[in-house]
Amino acid sequence: MSGAPVLLEMRSITKEFPGVKALSDVNLVVRAGEIHAIAGENGAGKSTLMKVLSGVYPYGTYSGEILYQGTESRFSDIRASEHAGIVIIHQELALVPGMSITENIFLGNEPGRGGVIDWKIANRRATELMAQVGLEEDPDTLIKDIGVGKQQLVEIAKAFAKDVKLLILDEPTAALNEADSQHLLDLLRGFKLQGITSIIISHKLNEIAQVADSITILRDGRTIETLDIKADGVDEDRIVRGMVGRELHSRFPDHTPNIGEVFFEVRDWTVRHPISAERLVAKHSGFTVRRGEIVGFAGLMGAGRTELAMSLFGRSYGTYVSGQIFKDGEEIVLKSVSDAIEHGLAYVSEDRKAIGLNLLDDIKTSMVAAKLSKISKHGVVDQVQEYQAAESYRKSLRVKAPTVDEGVTKLSGGNQQKVVLAKWMFTDPDLLILDEPTRGIDVGAKYEIYGIIQRLADQGKGVIVISSELPELIGLCDRIYTVFEGTITGEILRKDADPELLMKQMTSVKKAQRA
Amino acid sequence: MSRVKELQKSLFGGTTSNARQFGMIFTLVAIVLLFQILTDGLTLSPGNLISLVSQYSYILILAIGMLMVIVAGHIDLSVGSIAAFVGIVVANIMQDYSVPWFLAILIGLAVGAVIGAWQGFWVAYVGVPAFIVTLAGMMLFRGGNQFIGNADTIPVPEGFRKIGAGFLPEIGPNTGYNNLTLLLGLVICVAVVVREWRGRATRREMQAEVAPMWISVIRVAIPLVVVVFATLQFAGGRVGTSFPISGIILGVLVVIYGFVTRNTAGGRHIYAVGGNARAAELSGVKLKRVNFLVMMNMSVLAALAGMIFVARSAASGPQDGIGWELDAIAAVFVGGAAVSGGLGTISGSIVGGLVMAVLNNGLQLMGVGSDRVQIIKGVVLLLAVALDAYNKKQGRFSVIDSLMRPFRRDTPTGAESPAEAGQERGKSPVAG
Repeated sequence: MSGAPVLLEMRSITKEFPGVKALSDVNLVVRAGEIHAIAGENGAGKSTLMKVLSGVYPYGTYSGEILYQGTESRFSDIRASEHAGIVIIHQELALVPGMSITENIFLGNEPGRGGVIDWKIANRRATELMAQVGLEEDPDTLIKDIGVGKQQLVEIAKAFAKDVKLLILDEPTAALNEADSQHLLDLLRGFKLQGITSIIISHKLNEIAQVADSITILRDGRTIETLDIKADGVDEDRIVRGMVGRELHSRFPDHTPNIGEVFFEVRDWTVRHPISAERLVAKHSGFTVRRGEIVGFAGLMGAGRTELAMSLFGRSYGTYVSGQIFKDGEEIVLKSVSDAIEHGLAYVSEDRKAIGLNLLDDIKTSMVAAKLSKISKHGVVDQVQEYQAAESYRKSLRVKAPTVDEGVTKLSGGNQQKVVLAKWMFTDPDLLILDEPTRGIDVGAKYEIYGIIQRLADQGKGVIVISSELPELIGLCDRIYTVFEGTITGEILRKDADPELLMKQMTSVKKAQRA
Repeated sequence: MSRVKELQKSLFGGTTSNARQFGMIFTLVAIVLLFQILTDGLTLSPGNLISLVSQYSYILILAIGMLMVIVAGHIDLSVGSIAAFVGIVVANIMQDYSVPWFLAILIGLAVGAVIGAWQGFWVAYVGVPAFIVTLAGMMLFRGGNQFIGNADTIPVPEGFRKIGAGFLPEIGPNTGYNNLTLLLGLVICVAVVVREWRGRATRREMQAEVAPMWISVIRVAIPLVVVVFATLQFAGGRVGTSFPISGIILGVLVVIYGFVTRNTAGGRHIYAVGGNARAAELSGVKLKRVNFLVMMNMSVLAALAGMIFVARSAASGPQDGIGWELDAIAAVFVGGAAVSGGLGTISGSIVGGLVMAVLNNGLQLMGVGSDRVQIIKGVVLLLAVALDAYNKKQGRFSVIDSLMRPFRRDTPTGAESPAEAGQERGKSPVAG
């Protein structure tokens, strides 16, 4: 792509926040018609750079210059950059759940005159745009009734409605399953043929290697290098090296499992969907966990893994129909979260910001929140014990914060996840259920989280890991169950696990051979 | 780190809500001094201070309960009506059935608890938004008051009036002051010193950073000066008056509820529910029970406030308690609570309530009509919360911070300590 003209050049961009330089002298060159990836650990400055570009941080709040289509651009806000054809799609989708696809596509950009919307044009354009992004839905469908993958497509259609020249996608596949991710990446390739330039920010390095033409790597707010994927023969390891500045020998710490007896068993677990009663989210599921074992749950998004886990955890999801839980040979009945905690279960949710943490809390309050009884007498919390407990977790899990008095919002994703892990380790669980424990976390922090999970297993605890990343499951787990539409479709030992086999069982109802 | 920052951090911790309180305390002091000058010293005279306390103690009692309701993410519009309803019930049973006053108080609290259970049931177990439940309650119990009292006024007996209009009695040798008030002041002084000393000991025990000694000295000295001054004023008023009984009730409640919200598991649960209800539930917090108890507690306090008011005005009438809910809500928000729940403190709400009270009282002393007083109070509420919102947007976190900014010479980058820089980093959107 080195021959194509330069569409965008950002020259020595420096952006300071009170007390910190988020970007220092960053350069970015994007050529017309290419897919340009930006990679870097959390906090490397990727999102900040994109916010400078799209006018979220207006001209004057940063230094350096932006050359777009050959002229210097000074965007005063997002509207100005969108007017120039630069559209950014954020990680958190900006759609209104209660409005239809058409309404969302044209939100803030409604066709018509004098504020009166011309629905005929809107509907026709919407249908065209949806075809363009490969979205097959009735344009009148409400956003809340379609899946995340399709919502992402609506966002892109919305960008197209604004006559986009440069499309910026911030972690577009973070919430998507493999199939939807693939569809999205194919779509990006198609856009390239139509002459649309894309910038993609992603933690999923395999996707970058697969789809991007060139990549700019940021570290600590500085440009490290810009590479041509094909010419320089860039692969995942090469990207990781640029991001962390060192070679990660392996993405998983070495670990020799020490697996004991079966201590936790679920039989015939059946749960109804909370709203549509005829739908079963778990169908006669059964599985076992041994002491010291890391058990993976593989499945596509919506397969019912989270629902299964939450329904086990004190019936926090759906309506219980049937099933038994045995722990150490005895049946236990968990009717509430506090029952589950009392019986040594812990559930670390997939969405730490929405349901895992109280973002107003500080680190110490968060860490002890799930078992206050452990440090209180007659309901009065012992603040010395609280501080000391939290402080010891801060040190042992290496949470990057000066003290435990710090607010959790001030932490990066990886450190927040450590706080959530500490919160559940504090409850002295025997079985930890970790739902997407490394989602949205950078490579270095992932490695640390894996280490923590392995240490927990080595203490004789059972660990269940639910993950959408197959390499993670294969690299970390001793045994993997596959789940499809609420049914457990297979059980695979680590030595037999490979992505193809897993994928096959994740997408079929046929009971696979028991390993 | 500048001295101001260090002081602010050590006095109130680093969080948004606390920083807001810091600003509010300064605002309170400024308003008091302003009116002291404008009213030629009338504001801080013994007579005015005493009437200020007895006139606003019931609003502040409501603010305590309202703080917890708001922290849990709800609102209670019915407190004025409940206060009036309980007031008329109590007045009625004392007049018609000659129930002794202390028993009547207990019955009043029980009625409050029953009403609270009723509202809590709808909010917590049925899931009707508190706004609606208490809006209904506002009409229901206002009507109830007028139904029971025949829209008329019922007087209350002498003994009962003590809780609203009583003072610490004169006992002991003639010192020229009210002895019990002096004693009370002394106890508070000792408590302030002990509390600071124990706080330092606890920090040391945690092996955490202990604030510099000069900060502790300030933290003790300022309250001591205020307490000594207030004690002498309250004790030196007209003979027969001293620190009001209702003020003592308020003080005891502030201490108890302050402790409960700060230091107990139950208090933590209220903040957890307001901060992130689903996360709290998945951490084993019994959501429904917390919501139920918070709503119920509010009604009990409303009952108490109603009885104090009736006692103070010697009779219960159909217009009692109108608009109280708004005064209480205003106090809580001026005191730094978040509209979305999860943030706020008892002491902040009390300070917020005092700001509004002093404002009201000072303007009245100056002879400003109640029409203009209303307008000014409305503007103050709006500005206090708006300034807070503006500061959050700008990345500054308190009123005082923005006031001090023009006077600060050090550049933000140079003067910040690494710890501070780390915080800023998280705050600023560099998540990518």
